[in-house]
Amino acid sequence: MAGATETRVDEISAGLADLEGPLLPILHAVQEEFGHIPQEALPRIARRLNVSKAEVHGVVSFYHDFRTVPSGRHVVKICRAEACKSMGAEALVAAAEERLGIGTHETTRDDAVTLEPVYCLGLCACAPAAMVDGKVIGRLDARKLDAILDEMLA
Amino acid sequence: MKIYVPRDAAARALGSDAVAEALATEIRERDIDATVVRNGSRGMIWLEPLVEIEEDGRRLAYGPVTAEEVPALLDGTLETLGSVEEIPFFARQNRLTFARVGLIDPLDLDDYEAHGGLAGLHRALGMTAEAIVDEVKSSGLRGRGGAGFPTGIKWDTVRLAQADRKYIVCNADEGDSGTFADRMIMEGDPFTLIEGMIVAGLATGATKGYVYLRSEYPDAIDVMSQAVRIARDAGVLGASVLGSGHAFDMEIRVGAGAYVCGEETSLLNSLEGKRGVVRAKPPLPALDGFLGKPTVVNNVISLATVPVIFEKGAQHYADFGLGRSRGTIPVQIAGNVKHGGLFETAFGMSLGDLVEGIGGGTATDRPVKAVQVGGPLGAYFPPSKFGTPFGYEEFDGEGGLIGHAGVVVFDDTADMLGMARFAMEFCAIESCGKCTPCRIGAVRGVETIDRIGRGDTDAIPLLTDLCETMKDGSLCALGGFTPYPVMSALTHFPDDFATAKEAAE
Repeated sequence: MAGATETRVDEISAGLADLEGPLLPILHAVQEEFGHIPQEALPRIARRLNVSKAEVHGVVSFYHDFRTVPSGRHVVKICRAEACKSMGAEALVAAAEERLGIGTHETTRDDAVTLEPVYCLGLCACAPAAMVDGKVIGRLDARKLDAILDEMLA
Repeated sequence: MKIYVPRDAAARALGSDAVAEALATEIRERDIDATVVRNGSRGMIWLEPLVEIEEDGRRLAYGPVTAEEVPALLDGTLETLGSVEEIPFFARQNRLTFARVGLIDPLDLDDYEAHGGLAGLHRALGMTAEAIVDEVKSSGLRGRGGAGFPTGIKWDTVRLAQADRKYIVCNADEGDSGTFADRMIMEGDPFTLIEGMIVAGLATGATKGYVYLRSEYPDAIDVMSQAVRIARDAGVLGASVLGSGHAFDMEIRVGAGAYVCGEETSLLNSLEGKRGVVRAKPPLPALDGFLGKPTVVNNVISLATVPVIFEKGAQHYADFGLGRSRGTIPVQIAGNVKHGGLFETAFGMSLGDLVEGIGGGTATDRPVKAVQVGGPLGAYFPPSKFGTPFGYEEFDGEGGLIGHAGVVVFDDTADMLGMARFAMEFCAIESCGKCTPCRIGAVRGVETIDRIGRGDTDAIPLLTDLCETMKDGSLCALGGFTPYPVMSALTHFPDDFATAKEAAE
C-alpha cells in the first residue's frame, strides 16, 4: 500500500519524468515539497526512472543540497570561501556556533536553527555574506548576526 | 520619472528591496508620476543600493541609499553622484559584454532591442553555420570559464560532428569565490545569454540548450526562468527563431551545491541526473557530450559575449586586448577591498592597477598582503608581482591563472598557511572521488600542512611532492589546480610557514 508520501512522490516523478535527465529536477521538487528527501521516496523515484534504488541514493548523497533529514525552522548559511574569509567570516562562524551551541551542519536541539556552511553566494564584493532562510545578506557583522539569531531564538 | 533600483542579489543583500518598498510607498502617498524599474547592478558594489533617477533626459545616480533616505531622495535633497558614466570606476571600463547590465530593465525585451539586443542574432540568421563559426574564431574569443580554449574551434568541432541531436550547454555553475560576473549578467541582462546560446545553436546545428545554474543563485534562477518564458512567447525561442525556420529552445536546470559540477564533464553527468563525477577526456564533450551527443559547453560570459561580437563585428571585439588574449574581460574585484565590483576592461591592465588603482586598496585600510586570482584554484600573488598584465599567457608565465577573473584581496592580517590549508580542505570537501590524487591527496594535504603548522619543517618537501602528484595525476582542475594556491602561498609567504617552528623553539 502506498502512503500519502509515496503517492505525492509518484505524482512529482510522473510530472517530470519526460525531461532529459529528470533525476535532479525530481529530487529538487521532492525536497521542495517535504523539506528533505524522505527515505521512502527513493524506491518510488527509482521505479519510475527504471534505475536502482542504490543509484538514486548515490545521487542524493553526492550533492550537498539534498538532505535526508528535515532542517530546523530556520537555516543560516554563512559563506566560508576565500573572499568572505578575507573579511572575517571565520570569526562569524565561530560566534554563531558558540551562540547556538552547535557546529556547522547541525541543528539546535529545539529544531529552531540549522547552521550550514556555503561556499560562495557570489556576493564577494560585499563580504562576508550569508543566506538566512533564503534571503541574502551582505557585509554581515557580529551585530547583524546577533540580531538575526536573537529573532530566531526568541 | 523613472527610478532604477537594482534587483541584483548583491544590491538586495545590501538593502535594495527595502529601498524599493519605501519608494513605492512614497510615490503612492505623494501621488507622483513615477515608475520603479528593478534593473541589474552597474557593478559598483560599494555604492549599492545605487539608485538612479531618470528625468528630463538625464539619469542621475545616488548611493548607497537607505530606505530612510528615500523621502530626501524624492525631495531632491540627497547629494547625487552624477551620471554613472562619469564615475571614474565606470568611466575607465570598456563595457562590451556588460553594456546593458544595470542600464535596462532585464526582463523588458523591447528595452533589450532598443539597446542593441537581437541585432547580432538577426545578422547571424543571414549567415551560414561556417561563417558564424569563422566570425567567432576571428573575434579571438576564448573560454571565459577559465580554461581559455578558443570558443570558435570548440563550436567548429560540434558543427562538423554528425549526429541526430546536438546540444548547447551553458555552464552557469559559477562556484569560484571572488566571482560573480555570471550572476550579474544573468540577473541584469538575461536575454544576452539567451541570444548567445541561439547563435551557438545556429552555428553548430544544435536545437536544444540548457543553462546549468547553481542553486546558490536563486535570483539568477528566477530572472533566467522568466526571461526564457518571455523569449519563447515572443518567438525568439521555439520552433522557428524569429520566423527564420531554425528551431532552438532552452531550459534552466538547477545544480545542487557541488563545486566540482563547474567542471564540464561533471556538469554533463549532473545534467543527466547522475552523481557529478568527472569523466575522463577523451572523448571530448564536443563529440560525446550530453546524453552522448555532440555538445558545446561554454561559460556564461563566453556565450553572453557572442551577441556583441555579431552586433559590432569580430574585428571590433578583437581590437581590444593584449597578445593572444583578445577582447575584454569582466574582472571581479572582491574580498578585502575598498571599491569592490565588476570592472570590464580590455585585457592588459596590470594586477596592481586593478587592486590599488581601481579597487582603491583594502577596505580595512591596511597594506595588501596577497591577491588570489582565479578562484579557489588560483595562485596567491604578492604585491611584488603586481606588474603582471591581465592576460591568459601572462598569468600562466607567473605561475598563476586568470580563471574566471575573480580577484580576491587580503590585507596583512591574512594567515597564508591557513589559506593553503583551506585550499586542501576545500578540495577534500568538494572532490568527486573519481581520481586518487584528488580524493586522497587533498586529505593528506590538510594533514601535511597541519604538520608544518606545528613546526615540522620536514613536511615541507613532502607537501611539495604531494602537490606535484596532484598536479600531474588528477583528472580535472579541482585536484590538478589546488596546488596553485598551496604552492604559491608556500613560495611567496614562507614566513607564514615558519612562524610556528620559531615559536616552538
